[in-house]
Amino acid sequence: MTEPRQWTRRCWQRLIGGAARDDGERSYDYSSLLACGGKVSQTPRPAGRHRVVVPHLWPFKDEYEKFPGAYVNNRIRTTKYTLLNFVPRNLFEQFHRVANLYFLFLVVLNWVPLVEAFQKEITMLPLVVVLTMIAIKDGLEDYRKYKIDKQINNLVTKVYSRKEKNYVDRCWKDVTVGDFIRLSCNEVIPADMVLLFSTDPDGICHIETSGLDGESNLKQRQVVRGYTEQDSEVDPEKFSSRIECESPNNDLNRFRGFLEHSNKERVGLSKENLLLRGCTIRNTEAVVGIVVYAGHETKAMLNNSGPRYKRSKLERRANTDVLWCVLLLVIMCLTGALGHGIWLSRYESTLIFYIPEPDGRILSPVLAGFYMFWTMIILLQVLIPISLYVSIEIVKLGQIYFIQNDVDFYNEKMNSTVQCRALNIAEDLGQIQYLFSDKTGTLTENKMVFRRCSVVGFDYCHEENAKRLESYQEAVSEDEDFTDTLGGSLGNMVKQRNHSCRTVHNGPMGRKPSTHVAGSSFTLGSGEGGSEMLHSRQAAFSSPMETDVVPDTRLLDKFSQITPQLFSPLDETTQHPALETLHIIDFFIALAICNTVVVSAPNQPRQKIRCPSLGGMPIKSLEDIKNLFQRWSVRRSSSPSLAGGKEPPSGAPVSFVSRLPLLNRMKLASPVEEEVSQSSGGSACYTDTEKQNRDESPMNGKGECPPAQSLASSLCYEAESPDEAALVYAARAYQCTLQSRTPEQVTVDLAALGPLTFQLLHILPFDSVRKRMSVVVRHPLSNQVVVYTKGADSVIMELLSAASPDGASLEKQQMTIRDKTQKHLDDYAKRGLRTLCIARKVMSDTEYAEWLRNHFLAETSIDNREELLLESAMRLENKLTLLGATGIEDRLQEGVPESIEALHKAGIKIWMLTGDKQETAVNIAYACKLLEPNDKLFVLNTQSQDACEMLMSTILQELQKKYRVSSEQPSLRVDLLRPPVPQDSGIRAGLVITGRTLEFALQESLQRQFLELTSWCQAVVCCRATPLQKSEVVKLVRSHLRVMTLAIGDGANDVSMIQVADIGIGVSGQEGMQAVMASDFAISQFRHLSKLLLVHGHWCYTRLSNMILYFFYKNVAYVNLLFWYQFFCGFSGTSMTDYWVLILFNLFFTSAPPVIYGVLEKDVSADTLLQLPELYKSGQKSEAYSPLTFWITLLDAFYQSLVCFFVPYFTYRGSDIDIFMFGNPLNTAALFIILLHLVIESKSLTWIHVLVIVGSILSYFVFTLAFGAMCVTCNPPSNPYWIMQEHMLDPVFYLVCVLTTCVALLPRFTYRVLQGSLFPSPILRAKYFDRLTPEERTEALKKWREAGKKNQLPSQCTDQSADKSGGRPLPGPSAVFAMKSATSCAIKQGDISVCETAFDPQCSESKASDMAGSSGS
Amino acid sequence: MAMNYNAKDEVDGGPPCAPGGPAKTRRPDNTAFKQQRLPAWQPILTAGTVLPTFFIIGLIFIPIGIGIFVTSNNIREIEGNVFMYYGLSNFYQNHRRYVKSRDDSQLNGDSSALLNPSKECEPYRRNEDKPIAPCGAIANSMFNDTLELFLIGNGSYPTPITLKKKGIAWWTDKNVKFRNPPGGENLQERFKGTTKPVNWLKPVYMLDSDPDNNGFINEDFIVWMRTAALPTFRKLYRLIERKSDLHPTLPAGRYYLNITYNYPVHSFDGRKRMILSTISWMGGKNPFLGIAYIAIGSISFLLGVVLLVINHKYRNSSNTADITI
Repeated sequence: MTEPRQWTRRCWQRLIGGAARDDGERSYDYSSLLACGGKVSQTPRPAGRHRVVVPHLWPFKDEYEKFPGAYVNNRIRTTKYTLLNFVPRNLFEQFHRVANLYFLFLVVLNWVPLVEAFQKEITMLPLVVVLTMIAIKDGLEDYRKYKIDKQINNLVTKVYSRKEKNYVDRCWKDVTVGDFIRLSCNEVIPADMVLLFSTDPDGICHIETSGLDGESNLKQRQVVRGYTEQDSEVDPEKFSSRIECESPNNDLNRFRGFLEHSNKERVGLSKENLLLRGCTIRNTEAVVGIVVYAGHETKAMLNNSGPRYKRSKLERRANTDVLWCVLLLVIMCLTGALGHGIWLSRYESTLIFYIPEPDGRILSPVLAGFYMFWTMIILLQVLIPISLYVSIEIVKLGQIYFIQNDVDFYNEKMNSTVQCRALNIAEDLGQIQYLFSDKTGTLTENKMVFRRCSVVGFDYCHEENAKRLESYQEAVSEDEDFTDTLGGSLGNMVKQRNHSCRTVHNGPMGRKPSTHVAGSSFTLGSGEGGSEMLHSRQAAFSSPMETDVVPDTRLLDKFSQITPQLFSPLDETTQHPALETLHIIDFFIALAICNTVVVSAPNQPRQKIRCPSLGGMPIKSLEDIKNLFQRWSVRRSSSPSLAGGKEPPSGAPVSFVSRLPLLNRMKLASPVEEEVSQSSGGSACYTDTEKQNRDESPMNGKGECPPAQSLASSLCYEAESPDEAALVYAARAYQCTLQSRTPEQVTVDLAALGPLTFQLLHILPFDSVRKRMSVVVRHPLSNQVVVYTKGADSVIMELLSAASPDGASLEKQQMTIRDKTQKHLDDYAKRGLRTLCIARKVMSDTEYAEWLRNHFLAETSIDNREELLLESAMRLENKLTLLGATGIEDRLQEGVPESIEALHKAGIKIWMLTGDKQETAVNIAYACKLLEPNDKLFVLNTQSQDACEMLMSTILQELQKKYRVSSEQPSLRVDLLRPPVPQDSGIRAGLVITGRTLEFALQESLQRQFLELTSWCQAVVCCRATPLQKSEVVKLVRSHLRVMTLAIGDGANDVSMIQVADIGIGVSGQEGMQAVMASDFAISQFRHLSKLLLVHGHWCYTRLSNMILYFFYKNVAYVNLLFWYQFFCGFSGTSMTDYWVLILFNLFFTSAPPVIYGVLEKDVSADTLLQLPELYKSGQKSEAYSPLTFWITLLDAFYQSLVCFFVPYFTYRGSDIDIFMFGNPLNTAALFIILLHLVIESKSLTWIHVLVIVGSILSYFVFTLAFGAMCVTCNPPSNPYWIMQEHMLDPVFYLVCVLTTCVALLPRFTYRVLQGSLFPSPILRAKYFDRLTPEERTEALKKWREAGKKNQLPSQCTDQSADKSGGRPLPGPSAVFAMKSATSCAIKQGDISVCETAFDPQCSESKASDMAGSSGS
Repeated sequence: MAMNYNAKDEVDGGPPCAPGGPAKTRRPDNTAFKQQRLPAWQPILTAGTVLPTFFIIGLIFIPIGIGIFVTSNNIREIEGNVFMYYGLSNFYQNHRRYVKSRDDSQLNGDSSALLNPSKECEPYRRNEDKPIAPCGAIANSMFNDTLELFLIGNGSYPTPITLKKKGIAWWTDKNVKFRNPPGGENLQERFKGTTKPVNWLKPVYMLDSDPDNNGFINEDFIVWMRTAALPTFRKLYRLIERKSDLHPTLPAGRYYLNITYNYPVHSFDGRKRMILSTISWMGGKNPFLGIAYIAIGSISFLLGVVLLVINHKYRNSSNTADITI
C-alpha cells in the first residue's frame, strides 16, 4: 500500500532532479532527522481511521475475518519491480530523464516523413542500447534487493499456534496481525507488537533500538497495565481482549490506542507498550506480544525511505555544458535550415536533382528550410552525447569498484572496508573545500580509557596503565591478536565475553535466524566477528582496552590500607590519616554508583543482575561497619584533629579493627583482582595475610550471591556514555565493583568491606546546563543521606563548600586539596584528557526531607518546570566536599593528526563540530593538529547577539589590519564568494565558538560577518553544538559560500549534518549504524579520509572530468564533419557515411576507450598524491573541468573536424569520388584522430588501454570490411558496398588518413609539449616523482616544500615568527586557557569580551618590520 | 529510516558464513589491478622527449610530399591509358533525397522489386501505372549527352578515336551489385511490364547494343548511379586504350569533340566539361596532397627546431630539478 506511494514520490523526485535543476537542492531524509528528535514532516495518515486488532486465533475467527485484507502481513518487498512490470515500469522511470526523452523525441521525429534523415529504425538503436544497459543495471540492483528481502522474510520466529498449543517456528513473512509472538533475549522483533508479558518481575522489557535510531543504549518497554501482575505467562488461548489503535504511521515516538477487555474495560496503550520491528530484545529472558502492525505497516518500514539521489557538482557542470551543446546544435541546425532555404531560392525552375513532393509540388524555400531544421536535428543529434550518461554511469561504477577494493581502507580489526553507498558522487570527493567533522568517535576512538585520577590532592598517574595502553596500541598495530599480549587471560576472557555478548547483534533483521543457545551463539559470534554491525555495538560492550584498568600501585597501597592491617593495634607504623583512606573509599564508591550504568551478565540469556538476597549477608558485620562510618562522620564534624590528618585515629580504630578480620573474610575475591595483582607486576600490595584471606574467601562468600565470584569478572556494564563505563571499570579495578542496579538500590562490592547496598534515593541526571550529575543515596554504613556529584571541573569547583564550620585547619586542608586538584586538572586537560570532578556531600535526614519536599514541588509544577528543577538541583548540589578528579582519555584515532595536516595542506578548511565542552574540544583540536601552536586563536563566547556582533567585528578589523600589514594590500574587499585566501597571507588563525554564540552567529544578520570571519581561519571549532546547529552550520557554509562541503561523523547526532553536506561520510564505529546509513560513504577510521579524498577523490574527479570533456570533444568533432559536408550538399542533410557506421561509430568504435580512460587514468600515483596534498587544490578549483577548458576543448574539436573534413575535401575535389568513397577516409581519419587524441591526453597507458584502443580500431575495420563485403542490397537505399575494400588498396587513402590525423592532432600535441616544458602545472611536475627512486623522492619532496615556502612570499613571516618563537615556550593550549578564563571574566563584567589571544605582539612586530624591510629593499 | 538498509548492508557485506566457520575476510585482493598499480607507460610530454618525433615526422613527410607532388604533376603527359570524363558542376548529386531515390534491389535484378519498386523512388516510381525501371530520381536524371572525339589529322577527314565503353565501372558493381532481371531471352522481355524513366529517351534495355553492357549493367548507367560526393564532379565516360608503347595514346594534334546535346544544365547554373586524363597510382592530377605533405613536414621540422631551442634553454627544467619550480 505504501510502497507505490513511495515509488511515485521517488519518481517525482527523480523527475524534478532530472529537470536540470542546478541549485543542488536535495530532498532531505526526514525520517532520520526524526530519529534525532526532529518533528515528523511526512504527513501522517489520517488519524480518523483506527485499526482494531483481535487475536488471530479461531474463537475470534469471525471477527478476524471482518477485516480481510485490511492488514498487510509481515512480508516485505523493497524491490521496485516484479517480473511482470519490470519492462513498462523501468521504461517509465527511464523516460523521466530529460536526455532520454530528448532521444525519444528524435526517434519519433525521424518517423515524420518530411524531416526523416535516417532510416527510421536506425535512430532507435542508440536509445535502445542505452535503455537496455540501464535496465540491466536496474534489474541487477533490484534482484539484489529481492534476495535480501527474501532472506529477511524467511527469518524464523516463534508464533503461537492453536493447533499445537504452543509456540512454533514460523517465517517472518507468515506473521500476521493478531499473532502472538514469543521472543527470547537477543532476538530481533519481527513486527510491531504490543508487549503483553515479560519474564521480568517488574513487567519491563529492554530493547535495543540501534537498528532504528543508532542509539545503542537500552530502552525500556512496559507490559500493558493489568498484565504486569500476572505470574504466569500470558495464555493466548485465554486472551479475549481486543486492541484498538491508530492507523499505521511513521512516528516512532507515538503510539496510541487501548486494549479492551471482554468486560469492556479499557486499558490505555502508549509507545511504552510497543515493541518495534527491527529492535532487539535485551536483558529480558522472554517476552510475549501481539502483533499490531506487520510488514510495510510497521513503523520501521514506514520510516524506510528510498535512497537519496545526489548529483555531483561535476555532473551539474556537465549538464550546463550539455545545454551549451544544445544551443550549439540549434545554431548549427538554424544554419542548415537557413542555408537550405537560400540554396533552394537560388534556383528558379525545377531542378533535375531536386525531388518534388509526392503531389508534385515544390516546397517554398522557407518551408523547406523549416523542415530542414528538424532533419538537421536528427542528423546532428550525436552532438548531444547520449552515450555520455551511460558512460558516466559505467565509469562511476568502475571508480566505486576501485575505491571499494583499495586495500588501504581495509580495517583488520573490524574486517570492514570502505562502503560506497552513493554511487554517483565519487568525483565530488576530489573537490571538497570545507570539511565538517564530529569529534567524538570520528577523530577520537570513542573508547574512554581511564588514565589518571587525583584523590585528596594526590595525583595517581597510573603509569602501568599507561604502559598497558601503549602495549595495547602496539599489539593492535602489529598484530590483531591483541588480547594475549595484555592482561593475560583476563583479556581473553573479556574478549570472549564480548563475543558472546555480541552474538545477537546480527543487525536488527538478523542475518540468519537467531539462535538462542548460549553455546552455539558464541561460535556464531566469533564467526561473524568481522561484521561491522558487531562493532557498532562496542558502546555497550567495551573492548578490553577500556575495561581493564591497571591500578596505580601507590593508590592500591593506600586502598589496601582499608584492610585490617592498617588498623591493627600491633602495627605501630601506620600513621596515615584515615581521612584520606575514607576519602578514597568514597571516591571509588562515587565512581561506581554516580552514574546510570546498567549491569548485566553476559551469559545467555542476558539478564539484569540483581542480588535481592543481600539480606543473606551477616547483619552483624554490616552493623559494625555502619557504626564505624557513623562514628567517622561524627568525628569528622567534631574533631578537627582527625581532619587535620596528622594524628592517627586513636580510640575508634581499635574497636573498628577488631571487627575487621571478620569483615575481611566476608569480602568476595574476584578473579579480576587476581589478574590485576599479577599483571601489575608484583606491586606487593597484598600481604600474606591477605592472600590467605583470599584463599578463604570463596568459602566465605558462599552465603550471598552464589555466582558472585564469576559474576564480578563477567559483568557487562552498559552505559549511556562511554565515560561512565570507563569510571565504573576503573572502580572495579580497585575492587570496588558495581554489582547490580535497580531503580531502588545499587550494590557495590567493595573488596575490603564486602557488598554494600545503597538505597537509591534520587538521581539528578546529567544535563548540559548544570554539567554535572548527582545521586542521592542512603549510605548503608553511616545510614546518612549522601550526595555524590560528578561533573565538569569548572562547575564543581564553584560548588565546593566555601566555609567549613570546623575551623581554619580543615578549611585550609580543603583549600590545599582543592588547589592541588585544580593543578592536576589543568595538567590533565593539557594532556587532552577529559576531566571530571567527584565530590560528595553528607546531608542530615531533615535537610534531605526539606529538599525533597521542594524538589517534589518542582517536579509536579507545570509552569517553569525546567527552571524549578534546575533550582532544586542547585539547592542540593552545593557545599560539596571535593573527593578527587579523574582524567579519562578519549584517544585520538590512529593517524588523525597526520590526516588533518594533510587535508589542511590540501587547502581544505576543517571545522570541528562537537557537543563537547570547549576545553576538551580545543585540546583535541590541538592534539589532532587542527590547531597549531602558532595559530592565532579567537574564542567567540558571548551571551548576547550584540556582544557577538561587536566581538566579531573587532576580530575582523584586527585580522584585516594584520593582513594588510603582511600582504601590503592597500584595501581588502572581502567578498563572500571569494574570501581572502588567508593560507597564503601568512596568518594562521583558528576560531572557537560555543553553541550559544553559534546560535547568534547563525542569525540572518550576523551570518555574513560570521562567514567572513571564518574565511580567515583555517580551522573552526564549534563546541557544545547541537545536532541541529551542526546541520545549520553546514547548510550556511554550503549555500552562502557555494563551496563543496563534506561532513563526517559517527553518531546519530551527526546524521542531519551528514545529510545536508554535499558528501556525507559515516564512520562505522562505536555509535550504531545511523550515521553510516545516512552517509554516502562509510569508512571505519578517520585517517582513511585522507586517502579517500586526496587519492581517490582526485583521481575520480580528474578521470571523470577528463572523460566528460573528451566526450564533448568527441561528439563535436565527429558531428561537425557532417555539418561541414552540408555546405557541399545544399544543406540537404546528407550524411557522407553509411548510417550504420555513423551510429556505431559513437556507440561502439569509440565508446570503450573513454570509459577505460575514465576508470583507469592515473595522472599522478597514489604515493605522490599523499605526499603532496597540495595537488588536491586543482580539484577544488575545478581546474580539470572549467568553462575555459570546456570551450578550449570545443574549439579544438572544431579545428580537428575542419582539418578532418577539408584535407580529404581538397584531396578529392573535382575527382569522380562518390559520397561514401568520400566519407570513408573522413570516418577512418576521425577514428584515428579521436583515439590518438585520447592517447595524448592520457597520463598513463596500461596494457588495457592498448588492448581497448587496438581493439576499437580493429573492430572498426573488421566491421566496415565485413559490412562492405556482405551487404549488397541489405541496407537500402544506400550501402557502402565494397568501399572499404577499394580504399584499402588505394595508397591515397592511407596518405590522406595519415596526413589528416597528423594535422588535426598537431596543435594539441604541441600545446601539451610546450606546457610540459614551459609552464607545467603542479600535477605535471608531480608526475616526475613517480619516476624517482625512493631516495631521490625524499630529496625532491624536500626541495618542493622549500620552494613552496619561497613561493609564498608573505609566508616568510610565518617562518620567521616560528623561528623566533622557537626560543621561548610556544603559546600553546595553556595560553589558550588563560585567555579563555579571561574571556569568561570579561563576559561577567560587560557582556562583551574581546579575545586577544596567545598571539604575542613581538611576533607581529617582527612581521611588520620584516615586511617593511623587504619592501624597502 | 532504515533498518532495512541496515540489514541489507550487512547481507551485502559478504556472504553469511557458516556458524563456527572461519570469518571470511573482506580484505580486498592485493593485486596490481585492484590496487591500481598496473604497470603503465607514463609519457611525459616535454620538448626533450618528443623532439625526435617532430624531426621524424618532418623527415618522412617532406619526401613523401615531394614524391606525390612530382607524380601528380607528371600526369600531364598523355601516355598510357587515357581516361575520358565528363564533368558537371553545380549538380547536387549528393542531395539527401536525391541520393536515396533508388532501389538497389531492383538494380540487383530482383524481379519483384522490378515490378514493385521501393517507395524511396517516389515520385519516380511509377509512370502511367507502370513501374519505372530503373526507378528513382538518380536514374531519371542520368547524363545522356554523347561525346565523340575525333582527331583532325593533317589532312582531310577527322578520324574518330576509339572510345571504349566497358571497363569504366567497378568490377564489383558490374558483376555483383547491378544485375539485369532474370528470365526471358532478350532484355526487352525481361523488362516487360516496366516503363522507362520519364526523362529518358529510350528504355533501359536499349542503352547499348552490346548485351553485356545493356540494361542495368550498362556501365554508363552504373557510373551515373554512383552518386558524386561533391556538387562539382567528373564521371568516367570512356577509356582510350593505348595502342602501342611507341606512340602516345593521343598524339599531339587538333581534336574535334562532337557533343550530342541532350542534357540541360541551365536550370541549375551548371556547366559541362570534358576531361581527358591519365591516372597514376594516386589517381588523377591533384597537387594538394603533395603540397600539404611538404608543408606539414616543414612545419613539423620547424617545430622540432623550436623545441630544440626550448629544450636547450630549459634543459634544467626537464629533469628532476624542475620539480622545485
